[in-house]
Amino acid sequence: MVLGRGAEMLDLRLYLLQRLSAMVMAPLVLGHIGMMIYAAQGGLTASEILARTQGNQWWALFYGVFVLAAAIHATIGLRVVLHEYLKPPPRLLNSVALALFVCLVALGARAIMAVVL
Amino acid sequence: MTDTLQVDIWRGDTNGGSYSRYAVPAQESQTILDVVTWVQRHAEPGLAYRFACRVGMCGSCAMMVNGAPRWTCRTHVRKASKDGKLTIAPLRNMPVVKDLVCDMAEFFDKWIKAGSVFTPTETRNDPMAAIKPDEPDRMNANAAIECINCGVCYAGCDTVEANPDYLGPAALNRAWTLVNDRRDGAGSERLSTISKAGGCHSCHTHQSCAALCPNLLNPTASIAGLKRKTAKAALGLGTRR
Repeated sequence: MVLGRGAEMLDLRLYLLQRLSAMVMAPLVLGHIGMMIYAAQGGLTASEILARTQGNQWWALFYGVFVLAAAIHATIGLRVVLHEYLKPPPRLLNSVALALFVCLVALGARAIMAVVL
Repeated sequence: MTDTLQVDIWRGDTNGGSYSRYAVPAQESQTILDVVTWVQRHAEPGLAYRFACRVGMCGSCAMMVNGAPRWTCRTHVRKASKDGKLTIAPLRNMPVVKDLVCDMAEFFDKWIKAGSVFTPTETRNDPMAAIKPDEPDRMNANAAIECINCGVCYAGCDTVEANPDYLGPAALNRAWTLVNDRRDGAGSERLSTISKAGGCHSCHTHQSCAALCPNLLNPTASIAGLKRKTAKAALGLGTRR
């Protein structure tokens, strides 16, 4: 038996997706914190940081995956909060959640492009 | 110990109501149910409340006592109140019928909805299934099986309050006992039922149910088991049926 097919199994799929995105984020959060400490303690200037990130596809990949996982994870959580506090009809709820997801991805992509391109 | 208890009891019906205050003589080893019974017999003959067995078996006397749901027949006044003041109200998350009596229909409907009916795979003519006491599935079921349907966990659950579709800790705890019963033949349908909106994935693991359950069960752990089981089934990993 494979569970999770069909529109009525959306909650189960979102549950799994939120756990998977959390697993993806866990090492990325540690890497990000480590990098911040290194940059701050080492006294790197903005231009020195940009010199390391610009044109570097590995940093683009690192933060690209991070932004995507964070957007998925946060949207699913916010969808539940909206559902429980405002109780909108399902279609509106999913549309708002999708809009939130697009906004988070766009904001994240803008930030990545600013340091990588 | 004070000589008199100051007891506020909710009086009202589906349209609302308010608290009435009663002075109840304090006694040694007095339960909340004793207090409510005293009020009905001596002060307020019209007071509606439910009880049956008075020994923590039947699960019919649960009420909100000083803000927390409790089985009133086994809750001593001393445990619920330090200063001799009691506030007694009908269970939360259920519609009030009258005074301390609430309508538990939805609570029990959700039991059925969660697939709580045992579906036999054999008949009485088959030999009895041999299930050893130390089998892992049997031990999982054992940990969850002593539920008395009192509704305390349901009344204490903030997720039920926020999400009226949520099946609630008691119904899902029951589903978990059947998921672990290898004589039952409705395993995959049950997992599918509790994976829909309002099912086990709606639980936020607040653990109020585990903290409040008078029989010291841990419905949160049962629901976590269901989450694992449904997740494995969705990923196509190791399901028996």
